[in-house]
Amino acid sequence: MDQIYELLAITLGAILANNFIFSQFLGICPFLGVSKKVDTAVGMGMAVTFVMGLASAITWLVNTFILIPFDLGYMQTVAFILVIASLVQFIEMFLQKSMPSLYTALGVYLPLITTNCAVLGVALLNIQNNYNFISSVVYGITGGLGFLLAIVLFASIRERLVFADYPKSFEGFPIALVTAGLMALAFMGFSGLKIW
Amino acid sequence: MGNIIAAIVVLGVLGAVFGLVLAVASKIFEVKKDPREEAILSHLAGANCGGCGYPGCAGCAAAILAGDAPINACAPAGAENAAAIAEIMGQAAPTGERQVAFVRCNGGVNAKKRFDYVGVHDCLSATKVAAGPLECSFGCLGFGSCVAACQFGAMSIGPNGAAVVDPDKCTACMACANACPRHLITSVPVSKKVHVACANQEKGKAAMSVCANSCIGCGLCQKECKKDAIHVENGVAVIDYEKCVGCKLCTKVCPRDAILPVATAEEKEKYKAIKKAQAEKAAAAKKAAEEAAASAQ
Repeated sequence: MDQIYELLAITLGAILANNFIFSQFLGICPFLGVSKKVDTAVGMGMAVTFVMGLASAITWLVNTFILIPFDLGYMQTVAFILVIASLVQFIEMFLQKSMPSLYTALGVYLPLITTNCAVLGVALLNIQNNYNFISSVVYGITGGLGFLLAIVLFASIRERLVFADYPKSFEGFPIALVTAGLMALAFMGFSGLKIW
Repeated sequence: MGNIIAAIVVLGVLGAVFGLVLAVASKIFEVKKDPREEAILSHLAGANCGGCGYPGCAGCAAAILAGDAPINACAPAGAENAAAIAEIMGQAAPTGERQVAFVRCNGGVNAKKRFDYVGVHDCLSATKVAAGPLECSFGCLGFGSCVAACQFGAMSIGPNGAAVVDPDKCTACMACANACPRHLITSVPVSKKVHVACANQEKGKAAMSVCANSCIGCGLCQKECKKDAIHVENGVAVIDYEKCVGCKLCTKVCPRDAILPVATAEEKEKYKAIKKAQAEKAAAAKKAAEEAAASAQ
């Protein structure tokens, strides 16, 4: 029962209270870069969720069964970058062969995830928080879902911003950054969330 | 020391294992690519200039193969490569002549300056300071943003201070056109030599006061053209290259020297004299015809 409560807490934390983008400021580059349209934002969010879940599982295994026994905890970052890069490459090949439609839908975003700090962030946070295997995977997937939520909300706002009346000097990135800041402020409201 | 060795060995083995997995995976999950894509790619310019609107040359090759882009989507590659791609795709070679960029301004030093701009040496920046240093709000600023944008060394700032295109080097990628904040650069057929080198849409005095070489929309060229190939549109003369035969009559009547190649004063005098003689001859013939008609009555 405790395990279930813990997973629930992790889920709510990763999606709302400790949202990767709005309160941990990880993965900002795709968040700003791929949020002009809701469709592409959904694609990017799904891809990130997928990779974050898988990366959490594999990095946890690598850390527990390879790095810790050899007393190489300080090599985590390097080893995880290696794991994530190979993983993304592998997924890309796998998708191209077996799910060409998903591959074309994700397009250029899949290789972009290699350099997404949210993915490396989740791998390192799992270790920092002393999560077990299941918690790590849940944290990875829900963290990805939090990213998905944030980027889709942001993209929908940006789509509407096109018709908004704001000073010309704010056009483009300035207004996007202002919007992101306001959204982060709004998400701060979740930090007081308590369910029991 | 043992620590370092362990780190090297563990990460080395980890890397090797991942490498092996990826190598095996690339064989297992190999997707047969259309060999034509590679062949098409080899006939593109390879500059990744983005002029075609696709992300890089590989993207353009894929689009051509998929039929989304025309055979001659890559302007810099030229007609020969377009023909080669057409052959790969099993289509007829596209006809149509090579296009080159042309700067629709011959102002430069002849354009009046409102102030000396000393900021960042860039056309866009210059236009942001009180709408640019020129009196003419259409003219070439001469700070060379197009020169910087050209990857083929075809753009330069001409002797009179306005940008000019070297048609031999130009590949019509139109990167310069996108770089020009005043949208002065268009593409024209390479064989055509007569161009209106002004984009000022003002008429009469408003155009005349800002530059010595401005088109004032007087319409003399339009009247003079025997082929109906030049018309004043929105206050500036525009040549219809389908109809223009390059006779240069318009250059000789233009009072503003706005049509290239600029006719010399001598040529203009000569042409005036010929026209005068023709007019006298016509008047004499008309008079003779009238007299003949009168005597017949």
